[in-house]
Amino acid sequence: MMNQKPVIAIHQLDHYFGTGKLRKQVLFDINLEIFAGEIVIMTGPSGSGKTTLLTLIGGLRSAQSGSLNILGQELCGASQKELVKARRHNGYIFQAHNLHGSLTALENVQMGLEVHGTLSKGERHRRATEMLKQVGLKEHIDYYPANLSGGQKQRVAIARALVSRPKIVLADEPTAALDKKTGRDVVDLMHDLAKKQGCTILLVTHDNRILDIADQIVYMEDGRLATQPESVAMS
Amino acid sequence: MLGFIKTLIERTPLGLLQLKHDRMRLLVAIAGITFADVLIFMQLGFAAALYKTNTQYPRTLKADLVIIGTQAKNFGKLRTFPRRRLYQALDVPGVASADALYIQSVDWRNPQTRKKTSMLLVGQNPDRPSFNLPEVNQQLDAIRMPDTVLFDRASRGKYQDIITRVQQGERVTTEIGRRTVTVAGLFKVGASFSDDGALITSDQNFLRLFPKRDAGAVSLGLIRLHPGSDPDRVRAAVAARLPDDVQVLTNRGYIDFEMAEIKATSPIGFVFGLGTTMGFIVGIVIVYQVLSTDVNSHLAEYATFKAMGYRNAYLLGVIFEEALILSILGFIPGLAIALGAYQLTATATALPIAMPFGRGVIVLLLTFVMCGASGAIATRRLQAADPADIFS
Repeated sequence: MMNQKPVIAIHQLDHYFGTGKLRKQVLFDINLEIFAGEIVIMTGPSGSGKTTLLTLIGGLRSAQSGSLNILGQELCGASQKELVKARRHNGYIFQAHNLHGSLTALENVQMGLEVHGTLSKGERHRRATEMLKQVGLKEHIDYYPANLSGGQKQRVAIARALVSRPKIVLADEPTAALDKKTGRDVVDLMHDLAKKQGCTILLVTHDNRILDIADQIVYMEDGRLATQPESVAMS
Repeated sequence: MLGFIKTLIERTPLGLLQLKHDRMRLLVAIAGITFADVLIFMQLGFAAALYKTNTQYPRTLKADLVIIGTQAKNFGKLRTFPRRRLYQALDVPGVASADALYIQSVDWRNPQTRKKTSMLLVGQNPDRPSFNLPEVNQQLDAIRMPDTVLFDRASRGKYQDIITRVQQGERVTTEIGRRTVTVAGLFKVGASFSDDGALITSDQNFLRLFPKRDAGAVSLGLIRLHPGSDPDRVRAAVAARLPDDVQVLTNRGYIDFEMAEIKATSPIGFVFGLGTTMGFIVGIVIVYQVLSTDVNSHLAEYATFKAMGYRNAYLLGVIFEEALILSILGFIPGLAIALGAYQLTATATALPIAMPFGRGVIVLLLTFVMCGASGAIATRRLQAADPADIFS
């Protein structure tokens, strides 16, 4: 495993918000390596910079200094166009499911494939149906999000994130809006599917109940990353 | 190009699905565009009808060349020029005949309601048809009789009884000035804005009704050429032969002159142009409202799409897709309603209002521009869809 190249390699990454006098450093000297197939949970108090790091890795923000290498591509100093392309390698799962209300579950999942522009309509339809079957929503493929429960919506969101078989899945508090059992089911589902597809998961959460699925847990506090378990006792 | 079309067919029609999902919003948008389109259609229809009514008689003139005074403004206000010019024109090779028309607005008493209204009185030579109006030309003998006129049965106003009575061969009389005139027959052209209708009579009758007018002061000269003559060449020759107090025009040139005059001096173009612009702006505002509300309520979804790797151009495409669908869905009922309203207007006002194919195309294009412009303004809201904001 160790001789493999990491899918996410971050070295001495700093990040600032604002400009001039208001410029404030939010990430300090982040170093992190994540290998293929790993499930990494990032936890820590709110405002510590977890989400900022996640958006940088996802290519939703431009990295400013240091090195941020995702799947062999350097995102620090990448153009907006390159960032948009880089986003397509990732699957996203959000706290709010952010499904499109005018699209059925099936159409929402298909949107995860359409962005690549490589598959025909029929093939997209077939793969999306298959994916929804895997998340246990075979009976609900033509439902609109408004007619699905919170857990079902999050399953659709997972299906959308995973349908294009991304190398990396980025999840931000995927269980925050769900009750204990539903949350557990959703996380288990993510875990199973990720293992099956061999994709890497970076998951930000406050939810201590799901830490057990992680291969690696990292802690973020005041913009600094720590991997030592003793940090958890401190926080 | 082929790839582009393939992408279009293969893509999920997101704009369509979004519009379909919120039926109420769709209905409001369609109603707004329909309203704007009907407004535009009516304005354009009125303007075209006005241009047409004010050039109907010029359009039916049976002449190769037309002589009018230099001061002439339009068919109803031609001013006069000396009749001698017509005789002079006869000298020019190629000219076969030259006839005078006498034209003036006159108050006549509606035989049915006994109320005074303004009519255009045209005096023509009864020996030779002056208009391409078969009905008139068959009844030229009738207007040789003193104080008889032919009446335009498409005139605006209450004339139904009179028309029936004339058709049944009854003798219908009324007054023009101090004289009693007989309506001897009917023809059909249509009303104009300045006059409710027109009467055609002989030049002799015309001069009897306007005792102050001199037979030597004519309103318009009709020149017919020998077969095979080139109108443009003869026109130039006649123009060179005659002094500067008259202008010589070809038939087509005279119609253009009338049109140009109306467009330049009447408020028709401005008023209806303004009305069209208003309709257009109303349309933009309504469509913009609908589209920007739509963008606003989908900001989170759009941000998600951006996070998934969709380009900004994709979302712009969705908005323009919506704009395009709305413009087509709004145009169709707009066209249907406008056709009905044209029919209604034609019956109510005797204005020759019709829907030429070209106008439909123009309004459809205007609708595209209208919706496109609204869409373009609405897309500015897309900047607010920042994918970095949805992780929070």
